[in-house]
Amino acid sequence: MPPDLTMRNGETVPAHLVPVLDVESLRTFLVGEVRGGGRLAALFGLPGRSGQSGTPGPVRLLAVVARDGAGILRPVLCEAGDRYPALTPDIPQAHLFEREIAEQFGVTPVGHPRPRPVRYHAPGLLNPEAPPEVRPLPADTDFFRVEGDEVHEVAVGPIHAGVIEPGHFRFQCHGETVFHLEIALGYQHRGIEAALEGGLTGPLATGGQGYGRISHLMATAAGDTTIGHTLAWCRTMESLSGTAVPERAALLRLIALELERLANHTGDLGALAGDVAYLPTMSFCGRLRGDFLNMTALLCGNRFGRGLVVPGGVAFDAGPSRLAELRGRFESTFRDVEGAADLLFETPSVRARFEHTGEVSRETATALGLVGPAARACGLARDVRVDHPFGAYRRLAARAATWPSGDVYARAFVRRQEIRESARLIRAALDALAAMPAPSDGDIRHGEPGSWPRPLRPESLAVSLIEGWRGEICHAALTDATGRVVRYKMTDPSFHNWEGLAMALRGLAISDFPLCNKSFNLSYCGHDL
Amino acid sequence: MLRAALERIRQKRRTVAFPGSAPSLPDRLRGLPVIDAAKCPPACLAAPACAAACPVGAMRPGLGAAGTPLIDLGKCLFCTDCMAACPAGAIVFGRDYRLAVRKREHLHYRNEALRLAEALEKKTRKLFGRSLKLRQVSAGGCNACEADLNVLGTIVFDLGRFGIDFVASPRHADGLIVTGPVPENMREALLKCYDATPDPKIVIASGACAISGGPFAGLPESHDGADAVIPVDLYIPGCPPHPVTALDGMLRLLGRIS
Repeated sequence: MPPDLTMRNGETVPAHLVPVLDVESLRTFLVGEVRGGGRLAALFGLPGRSGQSGTPGPVRLLAVVARDGAGILRPVLCEAGDRYPALTPDIPQAHLFEREIAEQFGVTPVGHPRPRPVRYHAPGLLNPEAPPEVRPLPADTDFFRVEGDEVHEVAVGPIHAGVIEPGHFRFQCHGETVFHLEIALGYQHRGIEAALEGGLTGPLATGGQGYGRISHLMATAAGDTTIGHTLAWCRTMESLSGTAVPERAALLRLIALELERLANHTGDLGALAGDVAYLPTMSFCGRLRGDFLNMTALLCGNRFGRGLVVPGGVAFDAGPSRLAELRGRFESTFRDVEGAADLLFETPSVRARFEHTGEVSRETATALGLVGPAARACGLARDVRVDHPFGAYRRLAARAATWPSGDVYARAFVRRQEIRESARLIRAALDALAAMPAPSDGDIRHGEPGSWPRPLRPESLAVSLIEGWRGEICHAALTDATGRVVRYKMTDPSFHNWEGLAMALRGLAISDFPLCNKSFNLSYCGHDL
Repeated sequence: MLRAALERIRQKRRTVAFPGSAPSLPDRLRGLPVIDAAKCPPACLAAPACAAACPVGAMRPGLGAAGTPLIDLGKCLFCTDCMAACPAGAIVFGRDYRLAVRKREHLHYRNEALRLAEALEKKTRKLFGRSLKLRQVSAGGCNACEADLNVLGTIVFDLGRFGIDFVASPRHADGLIVTGPVPENMREALLKCYDATPDPKIVIASGACAISGGPFAGLPESHDGADAVIPVDLYIPGCPPHPVTALDGMLRLLGRIS
């Protein structure tokens, strides 16, 4: 009988209701779900503990399938043990998740086509029962190699030419043409998941308005997505504590999330223009990106929104004059972004460089489970704001922007459309805020400040999805009998999408790599955690 | 072409006048923290609520002026946890953006004037004063510090007008600007990059992570900042530092602001 537990985005369910399958039933279930339009939002290991005594047991896997059309999530558990037949051969989008499980828990997915480390940390980091193994050096692995006359290998990184995070790229080339790109990350691994494991302890647990370092680890998991990850965490805490966020706070959160999207999408259009040497849009967007960041600073004093979103609501209110100031600045900046973007898309030399560069087919995007603008640029209309609406998006319905061509042009043009959609949402949110009575105490955070942190529901699973500017952010938390978080899993959209970049490079000239890379603009630290 | 020119005219010149005139900053900017000792309840000074609330242990009771806590600005995340904990509203983040210093201990802020960065020694200043090429190394940076350094290269700050540029190779550089706590997996790459930079060279640590490990301080993967691995000549606090804070620090180092 197929597992029947479904949950909504941001819902908490009792852990004992999550169906437990054996590996083959999990495979059958996942194959069926993927065939039916589902995708893996997360697949991760759980420390092998059973019962309240915490006696060691076999490593378990938790899969969260997102059914976008129905707007539901389906969690399932599976006992994997030390070795299990890999799911990847049947479900390609499990490939990196299974590599991660192998690395974090010392479990072997037998038959995985590319069993390589993901982050090059100590093997079995999250599994005290894992047999000790030697820690590899970063990117010290046997890369896929193409052999033959005049085939050569190009190694790039970890340190790159620009002001950008580190990672290693290994290209197999024939002349200019890239046959294959393999990406080795992990240089940015700071050990966030290990720090969160079992709740923070020692100095990590002090201060932080009762949450210790957690909110700061969320804000810096991927710093350009401070609002996205912090919001996903806050919604998880709110769900587990049964808290409803005040409407005013929900609207301010929407504005913050859309400003983050606008800043990054605008910056990306500028950077794409720079990579094809179209300097007007590059120059305009460099400035305009900062103007959006300054709007976030207008709300909370920090350009990246640090400290703005807190469990229960937001930490900073915006009164009528601040909102009027925000609106004025927003309208003027948005008009300039439109001008800069119009120039970009109307310039023939730009279009010639964007079109047919770095194509990813809809089939590949579906198989790999791509998310965000990278997926929408392959014609896949998946957007958490639309499919699994959360917070104020339930009221101010968002629309997904898609483009079918799967190339750099599509990834740029989807961003361009999304900038307009973000503008529409921000205006609607500002209108809604203006129509509300003047703010009073308790409008922006549920309950008294001293009422946080709140106790969490014991033996429960909460899953929160957020559509960050790169795509779906998935946070899942599992509590024990005392309401302590025993496993907190964060999945950044980049985790799904890096392989998409590798596929986009196939058959492309290596000199197009910077342009293609920029069109994805994925997070290194969000992947490495 | 004509449309690009028209758009340029419409969008106007946007380069800030700083350092010629004061920068425009948000009213809620979290700059240099200020503790009003007169507001501190005497009972609180012995075991300050603000210090207990700090998630990174940046405050040390009693070591600041008038018995206030000392704040290590190298650790400070400029978050609001201390403010939220203060029963008397005695601690606030002011709008003073000038935070960069030359020595780590100068970040031990005692609620008295900071000893802001002094210019490089005469000989080094002669070499770098009018042309400073920097290689940026992100060593576990979360891309917020990186983004706000990148912004210095835009038309808004136009770093090039001061002779400062970010270059693509350590071989072309006069120094490094490091962001991030230096995770174990980046330690060797940072060292190699430092070694590849020709002497004489300078190192700038930008952001709480690169100074002290920031929110990652003490985690097993973190080396808690650049100066655990290489010598640092300029510390720019913040999480991330405001671009004006970083620019102010660099210009002080070059003796362009004093």
